[in-house]
Amino acid sequence: MKKFLLAASVSALATGAALADEVRMGVLLGFTGPIESLTGHMADGAELAFSEINESGAFLGGQTIVPIRADTGCVDSALAQASAERLITSDGVVAIMGADCSGVTRAVLENVAMANGIPMISPSATSPAFTTFDSGGIFFRTAPSDARQGLVLASIVMERGIDTVAVTHTNNDYGRGFADSFVANFEEMGGTVTIVVPHEEARGDYTAEVGTLSSAGGDALVILGYVDGGGSVLRTAYELGAFEQFFIGDGMFGDELVANTGEALEGTIGTIPWASGEGTDRFHAMAAEAGINGESSYTRESYDAAALLALAAQAAGEATPAGIAANIMNVANEPGEEILPGDLARGLEILANGGEVNFIGATNVNLVGPGEAAGFFREYVVENGEFVTIQYHQ
Amino acid sequence: MENILNALVVLANFVLIPGLAYGSQIALGALGITLIYSILRFAHFAHGDIMAFGTAFVIFGTWGLQYLGISFGPLPTALLALPLGIAVIILYLLTADRLVYRFYRRVKAKPMIFVMASLGVMFVTNGLTRLLIGPGERRFDDGQRFIIGVRDFREWTGLAEGLALRGSQVITVVVALIAMGLLFWFLNRTKSGKSMRAYSDNEDLALLSGINPDRVVWITWAIAGTLMVLAGTLYGLDKSYRPFTYFMLLLPFFAAAIVGGLGSPIGAIVGGYIVAFAEMGITYAWRRFFSHLLPDEWMPAGLMQVLPVDYKFAVTFGILVVVLIFRPTGIFRGKTL
Repeated sequence: MKKFLLAASVSALATGAALADEVRMGVLLGFTGPIESLTGHMADGAELAFSEINESGAFLGGQTIVPIRADTGCVDSALAQASAERLITSDGVVAIMGADCSGVTRAVLENVAMANGIPMISPSATSPAFTTFDSGGIFFRTAPSDARQGLVLASIVMERGIDTVAVTHTNNDYGRGFADSFVANFEEMGGTVTIVVPHEEARGDYTAEVGTLSSAGGDALVILGYVDGGGSVLRTAYELGAFEQFFIGDGMFGDELVANTGEALEGTIGTIPWASGEGTDRFHAMAAEAGINGESSYTRESYDAAALLALAAQAAGEATPAGIAANIMNVANEPGEEILPGDLARGLEILANGGEVNFIGATNVNLVGPGEAAGFFREYVVENGEFVTIQYHQ
Repeated sequence: MENILNALVVLANFVLIPGLAYGSQIALGALGITLIYSILRFAHFAHGDIMAFGTAFVIFGTWGLQYLGISFGPLPTALLALPLGIAVIILYLLTADRLVYRFYRRVKAKPMIFVMASLGVMFVTNGLTRLLIGPGERRFDDGQRFIIGVRDFREWTGLAEGLALRGSQVITVVVALIAMGLLFWFLNRTKSGKSMRAYSDNEDLALLSGINPDRVVWITWAIAGTLMVLAGTLYGLDKSYRPFTYFMLLLPFFAAAIVGGLGSPIGAIVGGYIVAFAEMGITYAWRRFFSHLLPDEWMPAGLMQVLPVDYKFAVTFGILVVVLIFRPTGIFRGKTL
C-alpha cells in the first residue's frame, strides 16, 4: 500500500511539472453555465491555432504548445478564479486564452492574473468597463467593446423607424454595460427607452419580467442577454403577445436560440461582432477541414487570441508571461507582414528572423486603446430559422 | 365596456392564468410537504430535488415513447410517461426511508435530526439527477401548445389586448384538481386514509388500536412521491425543466404549507394559491391594467409596481415572516414548526 501511494504521488508530481520543450497555455472558458453551448466551439477555435503552430515546428526552436482547458462557469467568479489559480500554479501556464464572460474575466484578471503577471487575451469579454480599467498591460481582447455594439444596435433600431423600445438585459457586467451603452446612444439619437428591466439566468418562468416590460410598452423589445434567459424572455414575450419585434445582442446569437424559440424569433434583428474578408473565409475553410464548427459565436476571436499569444511569445524569443504581454500589441498591429489564418508558420519564421508581422487573423485584428479590438459588427435578421446577414458595420 | 374587457384580458393574460397554473404546481408540492410533516413529523428538505429526479424519469419515458412513435394526440406525451416516474420515485423514497429515515425513527430522533438527514438525501439526489440528465434546461412539452393563441384571440374578439391560454396550463389545473380530489377522498373515506390520519393525530393511540406503522409510512411516501412527480412534471411542461429551478421551488412550497397551516392538506392548497398570486400580484406592473380603466389625466407616471420583479423571492419570504410572527399555526390552524 505504501509503495502504491508513493508511486501515485510521484506520478502526480511528474504530470504537474512542464516538460522542457513544452509551453503550456490556458484555455479558460465557461464550459458549464449560460454559454456552454458556445464555449466548446470557442475552445476548438483556439486549439486549432495552437495545433497549426505545433505542426509548423517553428515555434521557439521546435517547442510545442499544450493547451489546457479550465472552466469559468461564465457567471461563477469563485469557480473561475479557482480554475485560473490551478492553471497558473499547478499547470504552470505562461498565458491564458480567456476568460469569456465579462464578470468572471474581470474577477480572474484582478484577483489572479494581475497578481501573477500572467497575460490574458479574452475572445469574448465585451463589457465597456475594460476600456477604462488599468490592467498594467496584461489584458487584451479580440472582441470589440459593447460600447461600440450598443451604438451600432441603437442605430440599427433607429434606421427601422422604431423610436420607443423596452430593454431587458441579463443581470451581470456584460448585460448592464451593454444596456447602458445602448440606452445612452439610443436616447442621444432621439429615441425613448420606456423601461430597463434586468433578468436573471436559469429561471423557470419569465412571465413577471415580461408583464413589467409589456406594461411599460414600446414598439419593440431589445434583449441583451444569453440564449438561455434572454431566449426564454423572447419566447414568453411573444407567446403572451407583449411584443412582436425583437432586437438582440451578440450573447443571444446561436443555433440553440432558434431551436428554443421557434417562430417567435422570426424577423428578429441583431448584432454580433463578426468579420468578413479573406481571413475569415480562410478560417472557415480551415475549421471545416478540421471538422469543427467555425461559424459559431467567438470561434474566430478565439483563434485570433490563441494565435496572438503564440506570435507574441515568438516575438519575445521566450515563452514567458512578461515577454508575451510586452509583444502582443506589436504582432497585432502594423507595421509588418500581414498574417492570415493558415499563415502562422510564415509569421513564426519572420519573427524568428527578427522581422515584424501584422496579424490579421480571422477577425481583421486591430488592437486599439488599452488593447481591445476596434471591431466589425454583423447585422442579421432571422428568416425561416436562419440568421441572414443584412450588412456589416464598422 | 370594451375598456373593462381589455383590462380584464390583460390581467388574465399576465396574472390570473399564469398564477392559477403556478399556484396549482405549488399546491401539489406543498401538499406533499404537509403530508410528510404531519405523518412522518419532519420538514422534508429533499422535496424539490426528488421532484427533479422523478421528472427526469418522466422525461426519459417521454423520449422513449417519442422514439417508439407513440404520442398522446393533442396532449403532451409526458402524461403517458407519468407512471414510470411515479414508480421510480416511490421505489426511491422507500429505499431512502429504509436506508436513512427508518433508523432515526427507531431511535426516536428529534425532528431536527430528520431534517438534517433529509438534507443529506437532498444532496445525494441532487447529484444523481445531474449525473443522469445533466444540469441543463430540458423542454419536453409536445402536443398542441396553445388552446388560445394571442394573435387568434385578438382577431376573434377585436380587442386591443390579447390572451394566451396554453394547453399545459389547463392540464396543470385539471390534473391538480383531480389529484387533490382523490387525495381527500382517500384520506377521508378509505380505511388506509383514516389510519394515516389517526397515526398523525396520536401515534401511540394509533399503535394501540392495531394500526401497522410501517404500512402508514409506506403509504405516506407513496402518496408524497406521486404528488412530487405530478408537481414536477406539470411545472416542467408549463415552464421548463432544470434541476436547479426545482431546488429553488422548495421556498414557495414551504411558504405555502406554513401559510396554510402545516399538516393541513386544505391549507397547503390555499397556501399554494396565496403564495403564487402574491408573488405575481406584488411584482406585476399594474400600469397597463389601469390604463384601460382610468382616464389619461389620472394615470400616474410610474409603472404602479409594488416591488421590482427581482424581489419575487422576497415576497415569499415576507409572507413567511409575517405568518410566523402573527399566526404561526397558519390559516387553517396547523401545527407549529
